[in-house]
Amino acid sequence: MLFVIAVLTLIAVWINLPSTTGIHIHWGPIKYDREIKVRMGLDLQGGLQVLLVADLPEEQPVEADAMRAVRRIIENRVDALGVVEPVVQLQGERRIIVELPGIEDPELAISTIKETGLLEFIDAGHTYLPPGTVVKTTFAATPTVTATLPLTPSERVFETVLTGKHLKTAQVTLDRVSRKPMISFVLTDEGAPKFAEFTSAHANPEPPPFYYLAIVLDKRVISCPHIKSPIPDGRGVIEGDFTLEEARSLAVQLRYGALPIPLRVETTRSIGPTLGQDSIRKSVRAGAVGLSVVLIFMLIYYRLPGLLADLALILYGLLNFAIYKFGIPFLFSGVTLTLPGITGFLLSTGMAVDANILIFERMKEELRAGHSLRAAIEAGFKRAWTSIRDSNLSTIITCLILYWFGSNFGASMVKGFALTLFIGVLISMFTAVIVTRTLIRFIFHFLGEALRKKRWLLGI
Amino acid sequence: MEYNTLSAGKGGSMFNLIEKRRLYFMLSAMAIVPGLLAMMYSSLRFGTPVRLSVDFTGGSLLELEFEKPVQPSEIRRVFVEKGYGDTRVQTTAGERTVLIRSDFLTTEDKAELESELEDAFGEFEELRFDSVGPAIGGEVTRAATFAVLTASAFILGFILLAFRKVPKAFRYGACAIVAMIHDILVAMGFFSILGLLRGWEVDALFLTAILTVIGFSVQDTIVVFDRIRENIRRRRGEPFKTIINRSILETIHRSLATQLNAIFVMIAILLFGGATVKQFIATLLVGMLSGTYSSIFTAVPLLVVWQEKGS
Repeated sequence: MLFVIAVLTLIAVWINLPSTTGIHIHWGPIKYDREIKVRMGLDLQGGLQVLLVADLPEEQPVEADAMRAVRRIIENRVDALGVVEPVVQLQGERRIIVELPGIEDPELAISTIKETGLLEFIDAGHTYLPPGTVVKTTFAATPTVTATLPLTPSERVFETVLTGKHLKTAQVTLDRVSRKPMISFVLTDEGAPKFAEFTSAHANPEPPPFYYLAIVLDKRVISCPHIKSPIPDGRGVIEGDFTLEEARSLAVQLRYGALPIPLRVETTRSIGPTLGQDSIRKSVRAGAVGLSVVLIFMLIYYRLPGLLADLALILYGLLNFAIYKFGIPFLFSGVTLTLPGITGFLLSTGMAVDANILIFERMKEELRAGHSLRAAIEAGFKRAWTSIRDSNLSTIITCLILYWFGSNFGASMVKGFALTLFIGVLISMFTAVIVTRTLIRFIFHFLGEALRKKRWLLGI
Repeated sequence: MEYNTLSAGKGGSMFNLIEKRRLYFMLSAMAIVPGLLAMMYSSLRFGTPVRLSVDFTGGSLLELEFEKPVQPSEIRRVFVEKGYGDTRVQTTAGERTVLIRSDFLTTEDKAELESELEDAFGEFEELRFDSVGPAIGGEVTRAATFAVLTASAFILGFILLAFRKVPKAFRYGACAIVAMIHDILVAMGFFSILGLLRGWEVDALFLTAILTVIGFSVQDTIVVFDRIRENIRRRRGEPFKTIINRSILETIHRSLATQLNAIFVMIAILLFGGATVKQFIATLLVGMLSGTYSSIFTAVPLLVVWQEKGS
């Protein structure tokens, strides 16, 4: 047993070393690669968490396929924003959770994600539509988008010539003269002939009246160029009053297509990087102070057994962090640390020492009753076990209930607490009972009953 | 009477816990009544015994750190002028950091308000922004109710199981539950008072604190009751009160040592830890202290009173 404990300690220490970044085994046919690192939640590293909901009437069913497509498109858009380790996941039938660590500008990120991104080229005829005008078109991705928007200037329905679907690529370029950002695009093989046909039919280099082909995003006009000459090769540019950021975000939306379902932001949580770093620093300090006091208390109050419990507690801490970093092979892949999660761990150390306290108090009682040291040690562990089991069982049940509660989106911070507390309780059963017992037996093996006389060492 | 001559292990006179029960019940009342009054007042004024955060009600919470000190009332005026009449502003750490609670804001609404604030009060940094839609708030509330009911069911089951072989098991169970309710009332009362004084609001973590307190409270009581059960079997001749006193003295070391450790850790978090978990830890600390107290000074004396009246 002592050997097992020593090996586990070494493994835990190795995983916890900051220099350990992963396991890479390439040995004959065996190939195993695994990254090892501390994952921190949004509350610690700062970032943005958004819950998006399908913006359709309650009674209208949402197709699972469409939602999956929405998810894929959002993933692409998020990747294009350059976010490291984003999370995009479906929750239930009509919700999507997006988590973006380290985002500096939440507003822009949200609009990039949630805008439907439906691009249309509409036949505006001889009417110039100023940018910002909301229009009704013959093409409707979903009936509700147009239904909810106030219509200006008239109830005229414009004909959609092309949509974003006909776009092959879109990218930001700078105007050679004005240095203003614009978006250049290339149409698909299907779109190019349509575009060529329409432009040659209405090309009118001589003023006036111009013939306008308005470019509309999500039913809102972004620019309204007139057709100067036929465009046969399917290449063009969208000019507008964009900042570079806006142009980039628009290009991202165009490139990855329109969302088949419009989305609404239901809940936003954003945490600035300052608060996150502050939380990390403070938690580390609180943990160090709290644990040191506990270690000192156990040592003073229980002397030699206290020292052994302290060793077990240090191993407890190492094992916990190793699991947060590495997970348990084949079971789960580590824990994302959050502030409540760290708090859960700190509280669970209280439970780990509680088991030792129960055992040591029993041992003292047995010694006072005049039993031999060996008998007292064994009885201490044996008779305290029911209490330890009961109290840990009830904590585990509390953890399960809390974990369930925390899996509701709005209460997600509870989840980290429940998880670390749960892991802590399980590990404490090992360290506080098995490890401490092994260490005590080991010491007893060397010192024997003579120890019984050294009341000072036993803290009786 | 016999119990006056009882000795505790090593000899010497033993202080008598049970005789002073009136004092203990008084102390409990002193801890609970102010909290109850606060909860009543809070219910009348805000509709709930403890103030609920945006997690439950829906709405927005914005924390900003300005470069210069600001007046909460002036910030509130900006929000009111923009049509957010139901806005509360308070300073948190120092005079430069403010916490603004308002109706649900979209990120566009927030950006507009922030540019107004920047014009009026200068540069600031956005520390956090939580905006919870009403649908989510409702869900969290329902889930919280369900979590509390499930936890209560489990705890009842746990108590029934622990005392299934004891004569008059119902009395033990009932006393453990009274002690648990005692602790919930103390913790909620504490929070309610601070809700009135400092604007503390219940979030999802508060529920975690309450459920954790419930778990610990029941455990503490069960440890003492377990010992009573054991001593009843082993010392048949002794009067009930003597057995009770003995059991308390035998378990008090464990209770105190365990509590002390938990208290060290919690005080460390309170003093040095992150701001967002402080209310959670404070509630937990109060609840756990009450849990230790009530297991010894509420549950056990109640059991004795019942025993006396019953036989």
